[in-house]
Amino acid sequence: MMEMLNLKINGIPVTAPKGATVLDAAKEAGIDIPTLCYLKEINEIGACRLCLVEVREMRGASFGPARMVTSCVYPVSEGMEVVTNSPKIARSRKMNLELLVSNHNKECLSCVRSTTCELQRLCQEYGVDENRFSGAKTESAVDDSSAAIIRDTSKCILCRRCVAACRNLQGIGVIGANNRGFDTVIGTAMDVPLNTTSCINCGQCIVACPTGALHERDDTDKVFEALADPNKKVYICAAPSVRAQIGECFGYEPGTDCEGKMVAAIRRLGFDGVFDMNVTADLTIVEEANELVSRLTKGGALPMITSCSPGWIKYCEHYYPEMTENLSTCKSPQQMFGALMKTWFAQKEGIDPEDIFFVSAIPCTAKKFEVGRPDQSAAGVPDVDVAITTRELGRMIRKAGISFKALKDEAFDTPFSRGSGAGIIFGATGGVMEAALRYAAEIILRTKLEKVDFEEVRGVEGVKFAAYKLGDTEVKVAVASGTKNAKKLMEMVKSGEADVQFIEIMACPGGCVNGGGQPYQPASVRNSVDLRAVRAAILYRADAATDLRKSQDNAEVMQLYRDFLGEPNSHKAHEVLHTSYIKRGL
Amino acid sequence: MKKKPTTVQFTGTKEQEEKLLAVIRKYDGVKGKMMPILQEAQEIYGYLPIEVQRIIARETGVSLEEIYGIVSFYAQFKLNPDGKVAIAVCLGTACYVKGSGELVEAISDELKVAPGSTSADGKFSLEATRCIGACGLAPVLTVNGEVYGRLTKADIPGILAKYKD
Repeated sequence: MMEMLNLKINGIPVTAPKGATVLDAAKEAGIDIPTLCYLKEINEIGACRLCLVEVREMRGASFGPARMVTSCVYPVSEGMEVVTNSPKIARSRKMNLELLVSNHNKECLSCVRSTTCELQRLCQEYGVDENRFSGAKTESAVDDSSAAIIRDTSKCILCRRCVAACRNLQGIGVIGANNRGFDTVIGTAMDVPLNTTSCINCGQCIVACPTGALHERDDTDKVFEALADPNKKVYICAAPSVRAQIGECFGYEPGTDCEGKMVAAIRRLGFDGVFDMNVTADLTIVEEANELVSRLTKGGALPMITSCSPGWIKYCEHYYPEMTENLSTCKSPQQMFGALMKTWFAQKEGIDPEDIFFVSAIPCTAKKFEVGRPDQSAAGVPDVDVAITTRELGRMIRKAGISFKALKDEAFDTPFSRGSGAGIIFGATGGVMEAALRYAAEIILRTKLEKVDFEEVRGVEGVKFAAYKLGDTEVKVAVASGTKNAKKLMEMVKSGEADVQFIEIMACPGGCVNGGGQPYQPASVRNSVDLRAVRAAILYRADAATDLRKSQDNAEVMQLYRDFLGEPNSHKAHEVLHTSYIKRGL
Repeated sequence: MKKKPTTVQFTGTKEQEEKLLAVIRKYDGVKGKMMPILQEAQEIYGYLPIEVQRIIARETGVSLEEIYGIVSFYAQFKLNPDGKVAIAVCLGTACYVKGSGELVEAISDELKVAPGSTSADGKFSLEATRCIGACGLAPVLTVNGEVYGRLTKADIPGILAKYKD
């Protein structure tokens, strides 16, 4: 039984468990305290001092003096009296903001985060005089070396949310606080360019950043240019998690499925075809499951590990180079899609692959790195020309003057018009595993599967294990999301503690729905809503609602094998749909 | 002052690495071990170049950036080795108001060595120090421990000439 303490917040009696912070207790009592550096369970360091409140605590029989404390790290005590809002507190918060912006690049008009910036919003709320303190500024720099992530330290307020995302959440730690005092900057070891580090491009730092100090490489101009080029045929495919989150860019609540509106909006941007990436998710399952069966029966590195997540791939290459043989050689659904567009589709339509400009819309920043990887050019030209994040797609739709909310639902184009439910759930941790199990079970049992739900592999836990008895065969699997959890699982595999045949790993916690390219949600939302679960729920609802739930039942995929690929894992399939890895090390 | 990465080539030996590995083993499982490891590493190598930080990162599992964050934070940790000729100019208050800032500039210009770093050949290092307690001689500098006081910019070429060959 947890010990409960009695306190008063703004004169209202409140109880809170011992060990809770004043911020937690206030939240529980329905009082919001502004925060900036605080990210629940990830970054609790009391650095920005925006969450200041006044407390008086019992000292023996009487009250001690009123003191200003940071509520995000200050524990409650018996009899405590808290004031969260007074002119004095407001003045203090305002001055802290004025000090923060005194060293901040205030080019808000052109900033990618304008209107979604948490610092900007707070400055507005507190009526900050942005020029109250002027003087020297810390030396700053823009690092645009990475294919995915741009860092601009002139906009950094040293809240360390990115550092915490990289180090505490993902267990990587390629960025951190360097130097001291006024010279402090967030940077890499020896301030080397980000693309020379073991950064995996997951973008969790970007979604953690409250300002414009971190953002994805914006590739939208390249897409607009291609759309305006009469000599290009421009096609796009959209990943499952994009339709589930694009609504957030237009003011819909997290958890609103906008597939139909998204397709309609993309079509109005002028693409020659809008396709569903779920189809190549299904194709991935067919290829990957057959690869697994082949490794189990004919030999090959086991456990086999999925290869859909380019963040995970680069993590494995840096931190577990000895395990790259265990990775499935299947390209990711994005790359399979591009490869098919520039081979099969180009032939079928009589278009020179050079004249196809293929765009993928994805929830992921690491996919921007993936398009430039070696061995991703089935037709001698890059499989995918540009990968744009959900945020960039939202920006394009807005810039083109399309009223997203007013659009009627439309459907994807053939020949990639409909993925299965198994393809849809690729966006959530455990989804690829469940899709693969739906396939493997039918292969092994040689009968139609009645129950297609494999609920044990669902949910947001970091590492999950499950075992299924399929006839005489026992299939043992594991699922991890977030590279910190991937590390845990890899260590268990290496020590023999985890005895499994097949592993799904996604670089981002919760999987693609929580990817680094997803719409910004301020800390106030991140701290109170489990975005991983809310966003994933859309995918599972869509899966439950469809009558096409298994990859092997996808007619468009089977047509591909008949027309072009032959058998799963055929020579042709290997040429077009499979790739290789690099032992990078540290 | 912000630290500068070194341009001096790393010449660490097998023996030094053995010693460092022994230090890291010694602190295995000790909480807050990074400070003593870095201090002892600096005793072994004389400074903490990225090569040494890399060994520590590999052996402790702490990320290289986290280690660099610590090294770049504390004034006592050095990214540059002392030169064969180690010049330290006092930037304490008394020396500073007497113009020691100009001395740093003059030396830096003449030797082409940025303050806080060491020439690529490892010969000269230039350091700006806190007060060394010789305020009566302000502005003051030391070369390999030898003290020169009551200086002006014009004295610099003469002093450096003594150490140039």
